[in-house]
Amino acid sequence: MTVPFDLTDDSVVVVIGTGAGGGVLANELAQKGVSVVALEAGGRYLPEDYVNDEWESFGQLAWLDARTTSGDWRVANDFSGLPAWIVKAVGGTTTHWAGASIRFQDHEWKAKTNYGEVQGANLLDWPIDPREMDDYYTKAENKLGVTRTGGREGLPGCNNYLVFEKGAKALGYKEVHTGRMAINSGEYDDRMACQQTGFCFQGCKWGAKWSAAYTDIPRGEATGNLEVREKAHVLRIEHNDEGKVTAVIYADADGNEQRQAARIVCVAGNSIESPRLLLNSASSMFPDGLANSSGQVGRNYMRHMTGSVYAVFDQPVKMWRGTTMAGIIQDESRHDPSRGFVGGYELETLALGLPFMAAFLDPGGWGREFTTALDSYENIAGMWIVGEDMPQETNRITLNNDVKDQYGMPAPNVHFDDHPNDVAMRNHAYQQGMAVYDAVGATRTFPTPPYPSTHNLGTNRMSENPRDGVVNRWGQTHDVANLFVSDGSQFTTGAAENPTLTIVALAIRQADHIAGEMSKGTI
Amino acid sequence: MTDMISRRGMTRRDLLARSAVAAGFAIGAGFVAAPDAAWAMEVEHLKPETMATLIQMARDIYPHDHVADAFYAAAVKGYDSADAAPMIEAGIAGLNAAAGGKGHASYLAMGWERDRVDILRSMESSGFFQTIRGGLVTGLYNQKAVWPLFGYEGESFSEGGYIERGFNDINWL
Repeated sequence: MTVPFDLTDDSVVVVIGTGAGGGVLANELAQKGVSVVALEAGGRYLPEDYVNDEWESFGQLAWLDARTTSGDWRVANDFSGLPAWIVKAVGGTTTHWAGASIRFQDHEWKAKTNYGEVQGANLLDWPIDPREMDDYYTKAENKLGVTRTGGREGLPGCNNYLVFEKGAKALGYKEVHTGRMAINSGEYDDRMACQQTGFCFQGCKWGAKWSAAYTDIPRGEATGNLEVREKAHVLRIEHNDEGKVTAVIYADADGNEQRQAARIVCVAGNSIESPRLLLNSASSMFPDGLANSSGQVGRNYMRHMTGSVYAVFDQPVKMWRGTTMAGIIQDESRHDPSRGFVGGYELETLALGLPFMAAFLDPGGWGREFTTALDSYENIAGMWIVGEDMPQETNRITLNNDVKDQYGMPAPNVHFDDHPNDVAMRNHAYQQGMAVYDAVGATRTFPTPPYPSTHNLGTNRMSENPRDGVVNRWGQTHDVANLFVSDGSQFTTGAAENPTLTIVALAIRQADHIAGEMSKGTI
Repeated sequence: MTDMISRRGMTRRDLLARSAVAAGFAIGAGFVAAPDAAWAMEVEHLKPETMATLIQMARDIYPHDHVADAFYAAAVKGYDSADAAPMIEAGIAGLNAAAGGKGHASYLAMGWERDRVDILRSMESSGFFQTIRGGLVTGLYNQKAVWPLFGYEGESFSEGGYIERGFNDINWL
């Protein structure tokens, strides 16, 4: 059989979403000869389409469907309809991501064991041995062309990095460098080297940053085994009387409902849409939502402990020149409870253009305290904080029946309250981040609150025991044998690291498993 | 910044002949302008005094002394519409009432920024204030003509990025 596949073809694997999880899985399966239909809610945009203008690009790429928020996180107040800053396009958020590609530390795979009981946290060990991931991490790094791995050189440091590095070293930090980035430092894999253009968040116009949009997706399509349907927004998943999923209902580009039959369904719509889809697929057999016998679908929503530190200097920095995320301090990523919290965090440079700086420096802020900061825009350096946040059962995605999306489906509500551990870690990180810049002579520093979430994790989490989570060690749902979860929602815990590399490594591993089981005839 | 309406009839002499200069604005029938005619804006749905006050309010919310009034005027020009006018007129009337309560003839007549800001603080949670403030975040800072005033260079792809043009040119560290 070859593309395009028939709607009634029940031999295909249907992958929902084409980002770091779904896009990679779809290609890996196609390379193994498996027939795949990938349904992508967004359109297709390639480097020539990307716009290096922050708001215009936001309008082009961002997922702007109806969403609501609740909880004590400041995002619910500042950006009440925009809990997450993720992408609706072929390639998903790999279009927008900054490119930081770092492995979990061994202890982070076993958070419950290593952190112990943390009150109010729903900690659990991943049912995966860290050694099992080594080869998959290597495959992922080679796929993405990650710098400082596999003999690939690091990127050169831009102005924003040089300020950061000098402050870090003055503080005595040792693990300071321009990062392990999925941004080419030299030509690699038919893609050119970084030209230090900035606008990494708006899609790399050089193709120097890895994105599934122009690597895995077209390569999968070239096999003849992968059909990507754009602007195909999945509404629900159907199952038969035996409790196996049989088809996916989606709205096509014209808004008409279509039904694609499936042998296997893999859900990779990001940690808000994936649980929402399972909840919206409730039936008499699965009254609380598909694959939700544990009650954990949508729960344990994690977004990483984040924040930013910006600092003004008496001379120009021009932070926007060069890669958006241009370097990292890893010394604080260790687990060291003597700091007053479990887990750790990374400090990573970040640059925003003037329009986004105005929106995100101090959302809601006004008057001269605010504007004198922007007056010094040219003299500002910036970093982002990303650390492990605690999974909490009450942080969750639910269906908001009062708000419907453009297809009449209940919108997702994203509820998040900071855990005391998150707050303690953030305060520590603010102090360290400000100290980095003070050490280089900052005249003013800003502990900037979290942006809408870019790292959305944990809402269909992986567990050894079906009682504790939604999927097993392969991302296969405990309840439905031919239903998989293939994105960051399967994360048991979040670790301190940017999640994309781990999502990609898990997708490669899952593709091996699914193809193996299919050939054995077990699913 | 180009003029927002035709310069015809908008020479400095014409303007001054047709308007009253108040608190830094030339306000005439159907228009607001800079006293030196550096910019001028026709208003169709709002009273010219209302638009002038709105421009002042915009500056008081996001004051940048090196950014000319024309940019603030451009940022709020969109409120001169049939839909928005009632909300804006009511909101500005509220500002003037608050100024009156403090013994001033109007919001525009208040000489000190701190006095005007006191009034804005007192109404910070109102829908009117938040609409104006929120709109300015993009209305003011997303004007490409504003960016150079802050040193921001915008896109660099068309020039090949900064790899050969100073991505690491910091010289004071």
